[in-house]
Amino acid sequence: MSFVTVRDLWQSYDGRPILERVNLDVEEGEFVSIVGASGCGKSTFLRLLLAQEQPTRGAIRIENGPRAREPGRERGVVFQRYSVFPHMTVRDNIVAGEAFETPWGRFRGKRLREARARADAILERIGLSHVARNFPATLSGGMQQRLAIGQALAARPRILLLDEPFGALDPGTRIQMHDFLTELRAETPMTVFMVTHDLGEGFKLGDRVLVFDKPRWDPQDPAAFGATITYDFDAREGGIPFQGLLDKYPSLRAAE
Amino acid sequence: MRLINRVPSRPVGLLLGALPFAAILAAYVIGSEIRLAANPADKLLPALDTVRATAVRLFTEADRRSGEILLWQDTLASLRRLVLGVGIAALLSLSAGMAIGLLPYARKSLTGAVAVLSMVPPLALLPILFIVFGLGETSKVVLIVIGITPFMIRDLSQRVLDIPAEQIVKAQTLGASSFVVAARVALPQVLPRLISAVRLSLGSAWLFLIAAEAVAADTGLGYRIFLVRRYLAMDIILTYVIWITLLAFVIDWALKRLSQRAFPWLGAGL
Repeated sequence: MSFVTVRDLWQSYDGRPILERVNLDVEEGEFVSIVGASGCGKSTFLRLLLAQEQPTRGAIRIENGPRAREPGRERGVVFQRYSVFPHMTVRDNIVAGEAFETPWGRFRGKRLREARARADAILERIGLSHVARNFPATLSGGMQQRLAIGQALAARPRILLLDEPFGALDPGTRIQMHDFLTELRAETPMTVFMVTHDLGEGFKLGDRVLVFDKPRWDPQDPAAFGATITYDFDAREGGIPFQGLLDKYPSLRAAE
Repeated sequence: MRLINRVPSRPVGLLLGALPFAAILAAYVIGSEIRLAANPADKLLPALDTVRATAVRLFTEADRRSGEILLWQDTLASLRRLVLGVGIAALLSLSAGMAIGLLPYARKSLTGAVAVLSMVPPLALLPILFIVFGLGETSKVVLIVIGITPFMIRDLSQRVLDIPAEQIVKAQTLGASSFVVAARVALPQVLPRLISAVRLSLGSAWLFLIAAEAVAADTGLGYRIFLVRRYLAMDIILTYVIWITLLAFVIDWALKRLSQRAFPWLGAGL
């Protein structure tokens, strides 16, 4: 049984199908990039993964668990913008990652001190300890996204969803963020779904690249059919995973 | 250089800012001189000296009958009504605005009612309020509440709806309950808007207060103005009007400072 299973997923708005027959199995620890043209349903798919909306048909399950009916701690998310809380300091944003699930949404006394210590450790890790007491509005776009990722991870989600997380950043910052995310994954294995417009980014970061497109097309009525996963690339080893096959299994060389 | 690109320097700016006040004052003084030259007993535009003397008398001399300084008594009575009315309106509109902004059920049931109720002219309800609540304090406070609450509810609920959906979803993925989303995400971001809504409503609040006091009261700033109107005591009326303007200005300024102090994240930026 795979970690995340998507079975026969359909989603339509006002009877217009957006997604149809989406099936997917993802193993724990995999990084899945999702690419496709605008309006091909990849953001819809992410919202379904997030349980922000419910599919018309089919189900998404994590470890064969129940279907989620609303967003929860299982599924962390980082959006392109507005992912952090502007009225909290950088450190309080991280603390919120733990504190929001308590009945009052805040820690007091000893638990607050412990949570702050953990938050400081996270800030150290994501390189934001020097701005811990600042408000997010004073941070650059890249720093805000690093904070958003740190905040999402503080809640220890089972899967992390990234909705064009680096879309609003300049190219240099974007490359720094790629390195940051790669390092973070090397330290803490996590299952990630990332929607992106940037094919190169998808292949660079992902273990798999899913392409969403419409397999059926009615020229008289372009909205008649929905999109589904049309390609599922293995993106490890720079997208050419069998290049090193003979080095990995020298016994095969004999057959040459 | 284009006119839209010409910016006055700081001293010129201050001078320009003072200009309208100087113009009003000059127009008054000239008008007053002309009328007083024609008729020294004229009451319509008393000389500035007369107004100043009256103001000093009003602020310092006790009433011969009651032994109290009426102006301070009036100010206290009016401010109590104003603060009570605006305070109740702020609490009501904050709870209703948050409910409408966050809960789809509340939005469906309240939005239409608020939109219609905000169209009712509050002053037209004043006779009903006097009949229902009597001529005492309650009817005046209720008039202020009825007058400004619908506008504030619409303003605040819109502000809650303006909070990006991403933030609300993000809070949920951190495990926040509806209450935590309301208390930790929506409320702190709406409070500054509440203060500015109060600032915007204060003008109408004063209007409703003075209207209610003019119709039926035995103390209060509006009551006094409409009382001395019968004697054409322009010096007293002018003193009261300037005093009310000053009070309104100071309250507005204090709220602005409070907003800057209490919400440092608002002004934060690169």
